[in-house]
Amino acid sequence: MKSFIEVQNVEMVFTSRKGRFHALREIDLKVERGEFVTLIGHSGCGKSTLLNLIAGLTRPTSGVLLCDDREIAAPGPERAVVFQNHSLLPWLTCFENVHLAVERVFAASEKSDKLKERTQAALDLVNMGHAAAKRPHEISGGMKQRVGIARALAMEPKVLLLDEPFGALDALTRAHLQDELLKIVARTKSTVVMVTHDVDEAVLLSDRIVMMTNGPAATIGEILRVDLERPRDRVELVEDSRYTHFRKAVLDFLYTRHGHVERVAA
Amino acid sequence: MVSAVFHTSLDTRGAGAKSPRVAVATIAPVPAIARPVEPAPPRPGYDWRGLALKVVPPIVGIALLIAIWAALTRNSTSFPTPGATFAEAVKVFSDPFYRNGPNDQGIGWNILFSLYRVAIGFGLAAAVGIPLGFVIGRFEVINHMTSPLISLLRPVSPLAWLPIGLLVFKAANPAAIWTIFICSIWPMIINTAVGVQRVPVDYLNVARVLNLSEWKVITRILFPAVLPYMLTGVRLSVGTAWLVIVAAEMLTGGVGIGFWVWDEWNNLNVKHILIAILVIGVVGLVLEWTLISIARRFSYDDA
Repeated sequence: MKSFIEVQNVEMVFTSRKGRFHALREIDLKVERGEFVTLIGHSGCGKSTLLNLIAGLTRPTSGVLLCDDREIAAPGPERAVVFQNHSLLPWLTCFENVHLAVERVFAASEKSDKLKERTQAALDLVNMGHAAAKRPHEISGGMKQRVGIARALAMEPKVLLLDEPFGALDALTRAHLQDELLKIVARTKSTVVMVTHDVDEAVLLSDRIVMMTNGPAATIGEILRVDLERPRDRVELVEDSRYTHFRKAVLDFLYTRHGHVERVAA
Repeated sequence: MVSAVFHTSLDTRGAGAKSPRVAVATIAPVPAIARPVEPAPPRPGYDWRGLALKVVPPIVGIALLIAIWAALTRNSTSFPTPGATFAEAVKVFSDPFYRNGPNDQGIGWNILFSLYRVAIGFGLAAAVGIPLGFVIGRFEVINHMTSPLISLLRPVSPLAWLPIGLLVFKAANPAAIWTIFICSIWPMIINTAVGVQRVPVDYLNVARVLNLSEWKVITRILFPAVLPYMLTGVRLSVGTAWLVIVAAEMLTGGVGIGFWVWDEWNNLNVKHILIAILVIGVVGLVLEWTLISIARRFSYDDA
């Protein structure tokens, strides 16, 4: 049985004017259908690079990435990305932003009323139906991120790729959106790969946590399976000894064994 | 609570026109009781001080200029005084559209002919320059191909192009238009190209993830993102075009504000020259203002 996403022996070397930078080495990762996987590590460890590779936005220096038995050669709507800074187009309304994605994926097979219906449904799913006519600068950061998620979900992707989607939000909004994401994923049964640097977020959301070592030439240090039944409740989990255990395991990896040493700028 | 009510009322106002259903939905969750009667904010007195600060200094500036002008020309016979110039201006503007043969027409005709040449030359420059800017910005190879040419040709004085125009078109009017074209094209090419190069990578990544067609990328992402840059280019170009036309018309003749200046110089009618200078300034200002207001209309706020 093959896995849904397979990353096989991937190396990533960036060549810039300053020279070569070995970002990732010997990355092997398998993600099953319907699984929620988070990538965690200190900043600069290449977790976003790995996500971009899965998205197809960058190509690996060597190695192979497969999604549903097909090589990932370019980005595509079946692997929807939610970007860290929402990346909504400021000249389009929320509705138009989502519609742009819907149109691309479904226009060939569906009529325009159906496309509009889908767009509205996606906005309703993230509780942003009321702001359809607004432009991104008229709504808050959390709302923008929700619209970004709606845009990704509206494409009915096989994989949802989230690049620190809640990183720029305040703690309360973040918690709220995490809960909503959990509900949405439970409903849509999406396969999710998410980059984060927040330990609680990783434990709360994931089936497996992929912990990465520090760069340069970062690789996967350890993979932690989070055996907590769903639906998960953040308030109850706080007192759950297993939750504390998983949390400690991640913290231990990140701070005790792979403490981040800021490299002195050359 | 106050802020919630505040938002709701805004929502209603914003969305109400387009979709009443949405408006109802936003009002519903706010219980009627919870809505306090908002006290009318105290009406601030009219900001006379602010107005005075805005209006008085420019008036003082202009008054000062006229005063110096008056003082310097008090005993002069060749240079007209402000009073005499003003009296002449009243006469000139009282009949702006007369026609006494090809070389003696009202100031209105002169301005219109100049604007007409600017419109054609500038319009052609926009039609060529903006698409060219897009291509240069989008394709690195073409950028490297054209950038030395642009760097070389851009600083050339407008009037150096005039003989080429005269040679090719064998007539004064197209030569003047050609000069405007070639001088006002550079800011539009350069700004459009820079705008295309500065489209945020995130937006292009969105386009790649959505796998948008090249047409959609251009209409939905590139064009709106580049528009502010493009309009800056257009504004600079119009300014240049208006500078160039006066010079070009002095050499080519015909009807036009530049030719008028030169003609009045030959008649030694300095008052008319001063009036023309003022008129050129005002028209340039109006062109600039118009384009700034268009640009503001199209600028988006990504806060």
